[in-house]
Amino acid sequence: MNAVIKATGLQKSYGGNRVVDGLDLAIHKGECFGLLGPNGAGKTTTLRMLLGLIAPDAGKAMLLDLPVPQAAREARIRVGVVPQMDNLDPDFTVAENLLVYGRYFGMHDSEIEARIPDLLEFASLTSKRDAKVPTLSGGMKRRLTLARALVNDPDVIFLDEPTTGLDPQARHLIWQRLRELTSQGKTLLLTTHFMDEAERLCHRLAVMDNGKLISQGSPRELIESNIEPQVVEVFGETSGQWANEHAAKFAQRFEVSGESVFCYVQDAQALVAHLHAQSELRYLHRPANLEDVFLKLTGREMRE
Amino acid sequence: MSKQYFALPRLSLRFFPIWRRHWLVWKKIAAPSILGHLADPVIYMLGLGYGLGSLLPEMGGMSYMAFLAAGTVCYSTMNSASFEALYSGFARMHEQRTWEAILNTPVSLDDVVLSEILWAATKSLMSGAAVLAVIWILGLSHSLMSLWMIPLALLIGLAFAALGLIMTALAPAYDFFMYYFTLVITPMMLLCGVFFPVTQLPQALQVVAGVLPLTHAVDLARPLMSGVVPPQAMLHIGVLLAYALVSFYVSLVLFRRRLSR
Repeated sequence: MNAVIKATGLQKSYGGNRVVDGLDLAIHKGECFGLLGPNGAGKTTTLRMLLGLIAPDAGKAMLLDLPVPQAAREARIRVGVVPQMDNLDPDFTVAENLLVYGRYFGMHDSEIEARIPDLLEFASLTSKRDAKVPTLSGGMKRRLTLARALVNDPDVIFLDEPTTGLDPQARHLIWQRLRELTSQGKTLLLTTHFMDEAERLCHRLAVMDNGKLISQGSPRELIESNIEPQVVEVFGETSGQWANEHAAKFAQRFEVSGESVFCYVQDAQALVAHLHAQSELRYLHRPANLEDVFLKLTGREMRE
Repeated sequence: MSKQYFALPRLSLRFFPIWRRHWLVWKKIAAPSILGHLADPVIYMLGLGYGLGSLLPEMGGMSYMAFLAAGTVCYSTMNSASFEALYSGFARMHEQRTWEAILNTPVSLDDVVLSEILWAATKSLMSGAAVLAVIWILGLSHSLMSLWMIPLALLIGLAFAALGLIMTALAPAYDFFMYYFTLVITPMMLLCGVFFPVTQLPQALQVVAGVLPLTHAVDLARPLMSGVVPPQAMLHIGVLLAYALVSFYVSLVLFRRRLSR
């Protein structure tokens, strides 16, 4: 399989601070690839370099077999972008936003007009065709941004935190649409810090921190290769004391975070039986998920 | 600063869809916009023209009102380009993130900046033409040569749009523009021969006025309005063009630096 997006040794510094530090990436056609990482990990800078919007200090980026930023213009003719923050034209209606945006790709008005009904249908905005942007809800604006990114029928779509700030209904609708796009054979590169989003949507994921990729694989591979399969969360005022005395007996690995203890285990039977007898503690037994992997790899400290 | 910021502008026709975007926005607010272009300069021209005009029998060989008319076209075109390049340009670059949306398409920053300049100059053209129409209706200029004011309004617009974009590229927030309007635009209005001939100023200020773009605009406009070929026309046109081209390049370098973060 040849890569639609490829980065080799990508590097970028701002004011002596290395934001992206030797990044290698290969994303294949038809794949939904997720880039995960805490705030400031370098995700957006990576996207901007792959789009050819900024030049890397070192390394090479290829987008649709074209070198970027050198041939970024040619490459972007076949690319759609959903940015992190909405930048729709507030003075325009829904349909005008699509028309004006299509013109930037050199499309003729008749060509864009012919696409607009399908795009509105896809974004569930048909009835909002002539509504002005400020009257739309947050979810509608995101859907319009997604429709706008599809105006040129792109092969590759970049999505920078596509569902941040949306309510669950709006998120589910976006996810459904993104799945439709991958089933049409489009390649998606998305950043997110919602682990459920990544787990549901992405065929492959890479976790990024401090400008480096620290782990890569399918959601299942990431979980299997990084973490024990079972998690038992223990809560209660005395959980810290309990952890000191007992946790190591039952769990391969445990972490204390405030009044919660996270125990990572191969087999939770013995631990659950023990906890059952501790009346002052509550517990939750669940399979390990991507969030556990993410916290293990990037730590629990705040990043601000 | 990195070398790539200093590359010469690479211009293309791709600025045109952006210009059309601005035009579509403007069409939605055309009525208040035209009123804005007209009301302020015409009120000044008529107020000062009638008020001071009755005290001053003539200025520069013409009625004070006619003297003022040429200056008014120039400063109103200067103002429309400046406001568009600073406030509206900043809104599109920073507040609304319109530039960010456009730059994700196969359009480059060079195209975006060019479209800003051409759009602000279009606003100048509209504002100059509107004031000129009032002048014709009031019978303050009878010469066919005053039609040359229309391309001149575009040229003045290009110079001040490009100059203004330098400030936009440097601005952290809207408040920053107050420096430019208070320290650059207002003094130009008073020093460059809009309300009285530059020769009335002390020698030192005359030298300062001589390098300011608005002086060259007024030196072209006033003869044209009274049907005379402007003396040293090529010099004045050259100065305005130089302001436009050099400022375009400087603003582009600054925008490249600003947006590469």
